[in-house]
Amino acid sequence: MFNVRVQVTYKDSVLDPQGQAVQKAIERLGFDGVSGMRIGKSFEMQVAGDDQAAVEKKVAQICDQLLANPNMEQYHYDIQKVATNQ
Amino acid sequence: MKFAVLVFPGSNCDADLYHAIEDVCHENAEYVPYTAASLAGFDAVLVPGGFSYGDYLRSGAIAKLAPIMTAVKAFAAAGKPVIGICNGFQILTELGLLPGVLLPNRQTHFICDTVALNVTNAGTMFTQHYMPNEQIRLPIAHGEGNYYCDAETLERLKVNHQIAFTYQNDVNGSLANIAGVTNEAGNVLGMMPHPERAVETLLGSDDGQRLFAALITSIRKGGQ
Repeated sequence: MFNVRVQVTYKDSVLDPQGQAVQKAIERLGFDGVSGMRIGKSFEMQVAGDDQAAVEKKVAQICDQLLANPNMEQYHYDIQKVATNQ
Repeated sequence: MKFAVLVFPGSNCDADLYHAIEDVCHENAEYVPYTAASLAGFDAVLVPGGFSYGDYLRSGAIAKLAPIMTAVKAFAAAGKPVIGICNGFQILTELGLLPGVLLPNRQTHFICDTVALNVTNAGTMFTQHYMPNEQIRLPIAHGEGNYYCDAETLERLKVNHQIAFTYQNDVNGSLANIAGVTNEAGNVLGMMPHPERAVETLLGSDDGQRLFAALITSIRKGGQ
């Protein structure tokens, strides 16, 4: 079993108006020096299996086919084997 | 002639499409639930607006996996006409039947308005009853209508005359003011404006009526 966390964000070439609005709000709060704000999506899931390479392949397929739209988004994932009690 | 009006959980323009076909165009329309597997006997498929699956994940992202969509893909691949309006457009891009994607509006809020459009390609089976570059007015109602594609795709859209409708003004941040595109073969149309809400002068405009009339003309010609 693996814990998987997927991060989906807009490609750098895609404007993120919500991210810009949040960045402006941060400036209004009085914080300076904050730039490059991008809003994305985070997914957490458990994937069964012992073979990390096979699980990663499955996760990449899930991202390609559903979690991210390659027309506008990119993704990366972190994967961690769940320690079993046996 | 029989039109399939698809119905997903969260569709809300299905009744408008049904009304446009049955009461204005005097052709047969039938609701087809998302759980159906076949489109046998239909001459055209209409994918309505709304918020299929609550727009969860991305608008259209879950609907593309509904059981009926396998039949929609085969229907389109056979060269038969498919129109996706608003959420229907979003679904068809997610499904891969149309290029590009619909991002959240540049303004980050929902827009409900009637806007001026240009018929950029009056040569399609859906637009042949308009004059080239004719200006028409249609209602829009969307939060995610900001058309986007990469530079190569945009070039291909232009070269292949796949841009059917453009906004006269920048409405939502859409690339090249694109409001509607067809696939390369020209039998699949997606558009954010709502022609089905503009089929009677009593309701403000009948500019959308000619889109359905053009499609009916095309189907008749094809059937002869």
